[in-house]
Amino acid sequence: MATTLTINGEQKSFDAPADMPLLWALRDILGLTGTKYGCGIAQCGACTVHVDGKPVRSCVLPVGALNGRSITTIEGVAASPAGAKVQKAWLDLEVIQCGYCQSGQIMSAAALLASTPSPDDSDINAAMAGNICRCGTYVRIREAIKLAASGRSS
Amino acid sequence: MKSLNPAAATKSDHDLSRRALLTGGLAAGFTLAFHLPLRAAVNEPVQPPDVTDGKFAPNAFIRIDEAGKVTLVMPQVEMGQGVYTSISMILAEELDADIAQVALLHAPPNDKLYGNPTFGLQVTGNSNSIRAFWKPLRGAGASARAMLVQAAAKQWQVDAAGCTASKSEVTHTESGRKLSYGALAIAASREAPPKDVPLKDPKDFVYIGQPLKRLDTPDKTNGKAVYGIDAILPDMKFATVAACPVFGGKVGKVDDSAAKKIPGVRKIVVLDDMVAVIGDHMWAAKKGLEALKIDWDEGPNAKISSKDIWQDLRKASEKDGAVAKSVGDIGKGLSAGDKFEASYELPFLAHAAMEPLNATVHVRPDACEIWTGTQIVSRVQSEAAKAAGLPVEKVIVNNHLLGGGFGRKLEPDMVVSAVRVARQVDYPVKVVWTREEDTQHDVYRPVYRNNISAALVDGKVAAWKHKVTGSAILARWLPPAFQKGIDIDAIDAAVDAPYDIPNFHVEYVRAEPPAVPTGFWRGVGPNNNVFAVECAMDELARKAGKDPIEFRRAMLGSKPRALAVLNLAAEKANWGEKLPPRVGRGVSLQPSFETFIATIVEAEVDEKGEVALRRVTSVVDTGIAVNPDTVKAQLEGGLIFGLTAALWGEITIDKGRVQQSNFHDYRMLRINEVPKIEVHVVKSGEPPGGIGETGVNGGPPALRNAIYAATGVALRRLPIDRSLIAAGKKA
Repeated sequence: MATTLTINGEQKSFDAPADMPLLWALRDILGLTGTKYGCGIAQCGACTVHVDGKPVRSCVLPVGALNGRSITTIEGVAASPAGAKVQKAWLDLEVIQCGYCQSGQIMSAAALLASTPSPDDSDINAAMAGNICRCGTYVRIREAIKLAASGRSS
Repeated sequence: MKSLNPAAATKSDHDLSRRALLTGGLAAGFTLAFHLPLRAAVNEPVQPPDVTDGKFAPNAFIRIDEAGKVTLVMPQVEMGQGVYTSISMILAEELDADIAQVALLHAPPNDKLYGNPTFGLQVTGNSNSIRAFWKPLRGAGASARAMLVQAAAKQWQVDAAGCTASKSEVTHTESGRKLSYGALAIAASREAPPKDVPLKDPKDFVYIGQPLKRLDTPDKTNGKAVYGIDAILPDMKFATVAACPVFGGKVGKVDDSAAKKIPGVRKIVVLDDMVAVIGDHMWAAKKGLEALKIDWDEGPNAKISSKDIWQDLRKASEKDGAVAKSVGDIGKGLSAGDKFEASYELPFLAHAAMEPLNATVHVRPDACEIWTGTQIVSRVQSEAAKAAGLPVEKVIVNNHLLGGGFGRKLEPDMVVSAVRVARQVDYPVKVVWTREEDTQHDVYRPVYRNNISAALVDGKVAAWKHKVTGSAILARWLPPAFQKGIDIDAIDAAVDAPYDIPNFHVEYVRAEPPAVPTGFWRGVGPNNNVFAVECAMDELARKAGKDPIEFRRAMLGSKPRALAVLNLAAEKANWGEKLPPRVGRGVSLQPSFETFIATIVEAEVDEKGEVALRRVTSVVDTGIAVNPDTVKAQLEGGLIFGLTAALWGEITIDKGRVQQSNFHDYRMLRINEVPKIEVHVVKSGEPPGGIGETGVNGGPPALRNAIYAATGVALRRLPIDRSLIAAGKKA
């Protein structure tokens, strides 16, 4: 099925089965490998991208339902103020270890800050509990979200 | 960090390696020893000083080109533990290179150049990257620096002693003349490597000891970092695999008629023990695999269950074991004083690295090329060669960043199975395991049972007998390390429990679970032994009527570093301050990997036995902390890794199959469940200890002891059993 999506501001047209989750279209057809496969059942959040600004798990989102929608991935998130702030805070506080889950963490955090500029701990829990980090960087993720929200540098 | 693209492991690097292999002449043999000090380094600069493609390549780790670009070849793999940065800091420190400008390369397979001195082969594990490479890397950096300085001195016709180096530049102190490393590269390559080059006095360190920013993280914030699973090749197809759900089972009959109709499915590969579907993308492969009707020949293991495994293990633990250590007279010691006996058990665990197992393989008529992320790149090369039916030198392995390793990627199986699939086609194929396959065909942290007998005299432990029963991973993984019935990993941290105990005895019984493969899991042997020792110590403290910290303190006379971290942890965690009802603090102390850590967990336990973490405090003395921020991060993360296992981790077996499959039934701690974690890094001038494994081991006993303090329930098995807590059964 011919599908056209706006991905990181660019129109992309490709052929894919309508039931194919966006994750595999991004990774295996479009070569955007920053978005990661972790579980395939929306349990870990490694595949998180934005669809029209909202965080979604791309591993369970069929491309057939997305025609014409606007997708942002980790490769393009720096273009939004919240995304850039999150990326910077992540580096300022040296959040990342293996990094495999961090595309998803950053996408979830950027979406949180875009909708809730000053999140408290419960906002952070609600927005981030769907993202597993096996290296255990949660303490720094929380601090980095607060840092990004504050507009301070570390 | 500049591009870390393994495909860019250049021809000249391969040439360098090959020539070094031919001219090196160093024996690769095993330097058997997790604990023995380094004797014969395998990483002495075996390459002749050389210029290849305009590069100064004084040893295996350093390349400097005429433009001044410093490239460092990483002998250990980066799987989150920060080692690419620490290794670069050590090299750049002694080389006096500008660390902000270095480019990094993953090492190609080559045990002689990049072998871990502890193992004699390329292994990243056992928390020993820095311990093993500290001296070789410092020597490599210092030697290269001396050659550059010598080259500059010659050019200026001055004494080298009157020259200094800093940030990739040599300066003649008196005249102020300067030459960059780039300008000196060719001349330096003509210098002979110095003998007995002096290393820096630690007080002159500019990088080591500083919390420098990691070199690998910028690309991990923007999607540019390339893991094995991200390899992309022209004409590549995608595959996923299924092995028989029953361990050791074979493929019986396969009906592929439905699978073949799935759009994008290209080929169905049926091997004796597994099936793969190759497609245009992972979605086609996955759907194709689901559509296959496979009759498995389940084989002899189809009746194995966890119940039987535990029964066998408990029975095995009744046997006498091989004596790993014996001090004093254990028989006499146990016959006097106040007796204590308890057994502690740990379950099978899966690794669940976030990056599922994968390897991309292109088998060509005369060669096999592999793209993957592994902790054992040279072993992967040799195992892949066997699977491909090619000589080892025809197998090229491009290593990558690892999306978590935790010991799982110390096994070559993901590559071997990918090679077997790729042999069936002439194009490159990326084989990715589903999370379900990854969980159900792991190489599991073994089940362990610890039988502890002790005797108290005057409020101290006068006799201690610890019998460890469990799998001997080393007997399979590094056979020369398994001797006289002792697996030195399985008794690690049991034989070196930090306490002064006059009659001290440790035994080991090898007991392999039927069918279930076992392997290293982050924290390795000590994650069993620290748990057993520290749980027993708390029960003994209670029996002696003492505060758990006071009780431990009184037996640490010969271990000042252990005592110091324990005292500081008590202070930082407000030990002794009153807590609300059903809240407890628990402590653990561990001396493993030449690092001393005290951890205090504060937890709240409700009437139903649910446990909430409130606060975690850890104090670590790891000797010289090459990058203290990395040490802190490893502890924070390690603690969460261990606490996840303590609260939730258990793989169970029924009908020869693993019952868990994905994150919904093999649970991880999530951000909302993780409390404040404070890590304090003690300044020390001792040689660096290990850090990657260590944090994992402190959390579980400290949590268990916090539950004991809050409720009086002495849990003796992980994961914590909420029903036992709810029942309030006192030990």
